[in-house]
Amino acid sequence: MKAGRFGVHGGQYIPETLMNAVIELEKAYNHFKEDEAFNRELTSLFNDYAGRPSLLYFAKATTEKLGGAKIYLKREDLNHTGAHKINNVLGQALLAQKMGKTRLIAETGAGQHGVATATAAALMGMECVVFMGEEDTKRQALNVYRMRLLGAEVVPVKTGTATLKDAVSEAMREWTNRIVDTHYCLGSVMGPHPFPTIVRDFQAVISKELRAQMLEKEGRLPDAVIACVGGGSNAIGSFYHFINDESVALIGCEAGGRDVNSFETAATINTGRLGIFHGMKSYFCQDEFGQIAPVYSISAGLDYPGIGPEHAYLHDIGRAKYVPITDDEAVDAFEFLSRTEGIIPAIESAHAVAYAMKIAPKMGRDQIVAITISGRGDKDCAAIARYRGEHIDE
Amino acid sequence: MSRIHTAFEKGKAFIPFITCGDPDLATTAAIVRAAVANGADLVELGIPFSDPTAEGPVIQEANMRALAGGTTTDKIFELVKDLRRDVTVPLVFMTYANVVFSYGAERFLGKCEEVGIDGIILPDVPYEEKDEFGPTCEAHGIDFISLVAPTSEDRISMIAKDAKGFLYIVSSLGVTGVRREITTDLGAIASIVRANTDIPYAIGFGVSTPEQARRIARDACGVIVGSAIMKIVAKHGAESAPFVGQYVREMKDAVLAAR
Repeated sequence: MKAGRFGVHGGQYIPETLMNAVIELEKAYNHFKEDEAFNRELTSLFNDYAGRPSLLYFAKATTEKLGGAKIYLKREDLNHTGAHKINNVLGQALLAQKMGKTRLIAETGAGQHGVATATAAALMGMECVVFMGEEDTKRQALNVYRMRLLGAEVVPVKTGTATLKDAVSEAMREWTNRIVDTHYCLGSVMGPHPFPTIVRDFQAVISKELRAQMLEKEGRLPDAVIACVGGGSNAIGSFYHFINDESVALIGCEAGGRDVNSFETAATINTGRLGIFHGMKSYFCQDEFGQIAPVYSISAGLDYPGIGPEHAYLHDIGRAKYVPITDDEAVDAFEFLSRTEGIIPAIESAHAVAYAMKIAPKMGRDQIVAITISGRGDKDCAAIARYRGEHIDE
Repeated sequence: MSRIHTAFEKGKAFIPFITCGDPDLATTAAIVRAAVANGADLVELGIPFSDPTAEGPVIQEANMRALAGGTTTDKIFELVKDLRRDVTVPLVFMTYANVVFSYGAERFLGKCEEVGIDGIILPDVPYEEKDEFGPTCEAHGIDFISLVAPTSEDRISMIAKDAKGFLYIVSSLGVTGVRREITTDLGAIASIVRANTDIPYAIGFGVSTPEQARRIARDACGVIVGSAIMKIVAKHGAESAPFVGQYVREMKDAVLAAR
């Protein structure tokens, strides 16, 4: 397979202005990923700063309530800043620093990636600008404050649907404007090569730990690994070290929004088709003339019309399966896990919990399901309260 | 060979960019005709895209207005067919990869040939990905136009050697839009281009005033202007044609006065 391609997907569909920047990034990454000192430094940031390894927790009460497969939760919500996003950000920020960059820019949907980038920038003494759809700055006001508290500038993006895709477009525009001192810290396994590979490699720590922890606790691999998918970084991180283990079902949960048969959905694999956008060839929600669809999900983090190219490829070859979960199902799962296990998952992660709730009862008690809880749900409490018709002041 | 070379045979060329369908396609047709009547040597027709990542605010807004008004790729092919009844200057589409890919490259470029389009500019398809559309363009006699940027450096000669139609030199970092000054050493880029290809090269991004055009034209075979024109369209809407015509006349005179 050609570098930067996953089957037909991937590639580098970006303005010429950015080509030397991605080529430079690829060279730097290929050098530092084999560099012992770099890896030592990154491992120390993971373990001493971000709180890795994250726990693999046997969810006993959930298992009993669902009455089927044993449920394990991979607790990325316990990482510093409350989500898996920090794994990728620490890797990229360290890489950017080694490349002599002094400024990080990033897009963010739910705000988790923005907060993680602002955090790494604060830690490493770098300047930070985060682009966030104006709609999302309202849905996730607390995260906007957190980013500012950490010293980042937050730029509300008003164009298009004023959500994640517009934030990505604006971050790309800003990168073409200022390249020399700036690294675009892309938050998911998407965009032009080498981002899908770099982000995957930094997130692969999830499945590396999960695999070892599961072997230690159960002496065998899980039957299924379930994760939510927007761009797909926590999912690819959760799947990566299981891809060659055919016995492990890999399941990505897309944002079905109100319904996959409505226009208010963000389920890319289930409703999109092949296209070229944001630097990559992959599946996108779009109309008959290739105009990108204004997608919808209750979850700002999954509210994206595309999916990372490696997921598109895993779908094509049938290695992973992608299922839509509606807003209603996700909110039910959000409440279920909170009450049953005392763990409030991010609304994004609740999409994965919702699918486990569907399949676990039909599985045998000797089977094992691992769900990645990609983030914690504190940020979502006000929005879910509103969804249930209750108004709370943050 | 397409007719693009003819645009550069009457001295330095002036190339306006016009977003199709802003505010409607009838106005676009009138603007194109006014531009050509006032000295436009080649016209870039923008097919609007929902997420134009290489554009600044002015052209982004033009795209949004065009799409909100119901402009589609098929209606733009009809527009070109109508323009070709009397417009003989080269016409080039500028749009984004997904517009062509989603329509089907073969079907899209076949239609381009049929209606009389001469070239296509896709700012999100760099040298490394041009095989996606390049061979299909060639099969239909459409020039796939390449861009070089201020950051291209060691890539300029490689891109210039393979360039078709004309080479688009991006004057500045960032996206399209009006700029007070252009600081890139365009003369240096142009000399590398000249050493590697015989095809003409035009400079765009950020040019708006006759004075800028005159200065830029010293280093180029042509000057491309988009945002300044779409600003006029944003202001005058359906009545834009005479205002664009007058602006094109001033710019063409400035470009011809360059030495």
